[in-house]
Amino acid sequence: MASKAKGPKAVTANRLSDGVVVYLTPDDRWAETPDQADWAEHPQAQQALLERAQAFAGTTVVAPYLFAVQPQADGTPRPSHMKEVMRAKGPSVRPDLGKQAEWGKQAERGKQADWGKQAGSGRPAELADPGPGEER
Amino acid sequence: MYRYDEFDQAIVNDRVEQFREQVNRRLSGELSEDQFKPLRLMNGVYLQLHAYMLRIAIPYGTLSATQMRKLAHVARVYDKGYGHFTTRQNIQFNWPALKDIPDLLAELAEVEMHAIQTSGNCIRNVTADQYAGVAADEVEDPRVYAEIIRQWSTLHPEFSFLPRKFKVAVTGCREDRAAVAVHDVGLRMTRDEDGEPGFEVLVGGGQGRTPVIAKTIRAFLPKRHLLSYLEAVLRVYNQLGRRDNAFKARIKILVNSVGADEFARMVEREWRAMPDQELDLPDGELERIQAYFAPPTYADLPDDPPAYAAWRRHDPGFARWVQANVARHKQPGYAIVNVSLKPHGGAPGDATAEEMEAVAELADRFALGEIRVTHEQNLTLPDVRQEDLYQLWQELKHQGLATANVGLISDIIACPGLDYCSLANARSIPVAQRIQERFQDLDRQHDIGELKVKISGCINACGHHHVGHIGILGVDKKGEEFYQLTIGGSADENASLGEIVGKGFAYDEVVDAVETLVDAYLENRQTGEAFLETYRRLGAEPFREKLYAAD
Repeated sequence: MASKAKGPKAVTANRLSDGVVVYLTPDDRWAETPDQADWAEHPQAQQALLERAQAFAGTTVVAPYLFAVQPQADGTPRPSHMKEVMRAKGPSVRPDLGKQAEWGKQAERGKQADWGKQAGSGRPAELADPGPGEER
Repeated sequence: MYRYDEFDQAIVNDRVEQFREQVNRRLSGELSEDQFKPLRLMNGVYLQLHAYMLRIAIPYGTLSATQMRKLAHVARVYDKGYGHFTTRQNIQFNWPALKDIPDLLAELAEVEMHAIQTSGNCIRNVTADQYAGVAADEVEDPRVYAEIIRQWSTLHPEFSFLPRKFKVAVTGCREDRAAVAVHDVGLRMTRDEDGEPGFEVLVGGGQGRTPVIAKTIRAFLPKRHLLSYLEAVLRVYNQLGRRDNAFKARIKILVNSVGADEFARMVEREWRAMPDQELDLPDGELERIQAYFAPPTYADLPDDPPAYAAWRRHDPGFARWVQANVARHKQPGYAIVNVSLKPHGGAPGDATAEEMEAVAELADRFALGEIRVTHEQNLTLPDVRQEDLYQLWQELKHQGLATANVGLISDIIACPGLDYCSLANARSIPVAQRIQERFQDLDRQHDIGELKVKISGCINACGHHHVGHIGILGVDKKGEEFYQLTIGGSADENASLGEIVGKGFAYDEVVDAVETLVDAYLENRQTGEAFLETYRRLGAEPFREKLYAAD
């Protein structure tokens, strides 16, 4: 499990009512993009992060868990593992669906992440697109 | 087709309202996720990578045009415009909101559909040969028995908490299109010396991390004993199947550990101890169910009418489609049409709402309103007049549904893989798409001939890689997608498990590797020999040599 690996982590879950992938923010909201997520380096702080998230498991989210992130130069986290990149974006075979579809509409560059190339070049499969957090 | 009686409809309606209450209680926080999870799973609601996923049962793969239209409606209103037909003849929707699922299920109930027993440790949706009732060499229509099993197993109190899930498949033919040898129980209709129809009972087949070909525990079971004997099989399994380790809980592990002969004796003892075999089918009941599946009134038509023969001669595209996608019907003048859901570049088994509606309309116009779903993730129109085939083909072509590749290298089974599934280690769909792209020349595909490629994104083997002529298994190797190749698997009447050819391949190498295996076959094949036959004649060595020649 990602939670056993060392390194910085953030918390993700699915929104209870509709299943949308969400991330716990520093001010205890649930954002739809990982760049807004709170993250922690030390296991104790990570545990505290998870406990904060679990307080929302009653009526807000389903199955919160820690996952590995890579903090960027500006301090925003990005998922490290391919599975979490997939959750953050949407299916690689359907760039018209999931969160990536929204970015496509927002960013007129029309540049969809090239999943094949990412996978071929190995890990980490980073978000090739800056994401909506920087767009807004 | 079977129509719900008042009991069926009441069960399904009650369940919808029960689940509506459960969802409300979950959303209000009255139920915790730990309390709710088993309830939602009993109603086919999973939590996947991006969202909830709803798996809807299509019993023995039979759908009416009306039901197909409802699925299209569900795709459009409750999902993102498409659905995914699975290897168990179910359909999955990838994006429904939990709060809307009770309404969705209420709509399904209107057309006699539900999601009961599509998850959990119970007897799952019973599958059958997609050519049921129309295959030329059939002993009897297997759907009659699949329906009887469905009724017996629905909400069966004793078998709602089995050690693990339990899958049953039924075929009425010697030729096996239902993959009965890789099911927990496979039933193959056969005849005894007196010509009486009954079942060969196979037990303990399965895929996953421990692939096993089922063993025959009874060569002939008279039809009337079907349920009592199945009850005995399930009782033995329910009592002795392991509950301490989910990976060792399937019946195949039990059958392997005690041995098939001993398992058969245990079942026989259990069966004979039942009071008067009380579950034997009462007189009249079999006939009652059979009446639902009575063959339609076929017109008296000549086989191979002149216009059909002429279009095959004059239109090579049509001829190629007929060759790959059309199968022989038991009734002269009729044909079985396979509608490929493997267009090049698509996701295997996916269909848009528009495609579902188009198939429903064509089924109404050309195929007596009936559609089948195949375990190879295609659709079948079982009753088409040969004289209508050319027009049907043109209309399918117009809808992008006439890909002439059934049974060929681009007719790939693929699980949803890492694109959708939270269990997956690697992607399946884009690998299938890249293989389709590489072999997109249909002439080349037809020259290669029958070749079943099956791709799973993890060891759970939902993509049936163990029984692919070429099997591809996605694994996670230090965070990268990696693919292991097997060859020589088969899910038909001569079922076999594929053997690993050697070290695996990276995402960017796997299509080349598949092509190399195909080249090895082409170099070694004898006239008229299919890929699997060449492998069975020569073994894996020539394939290995070619694949790892550079090493």
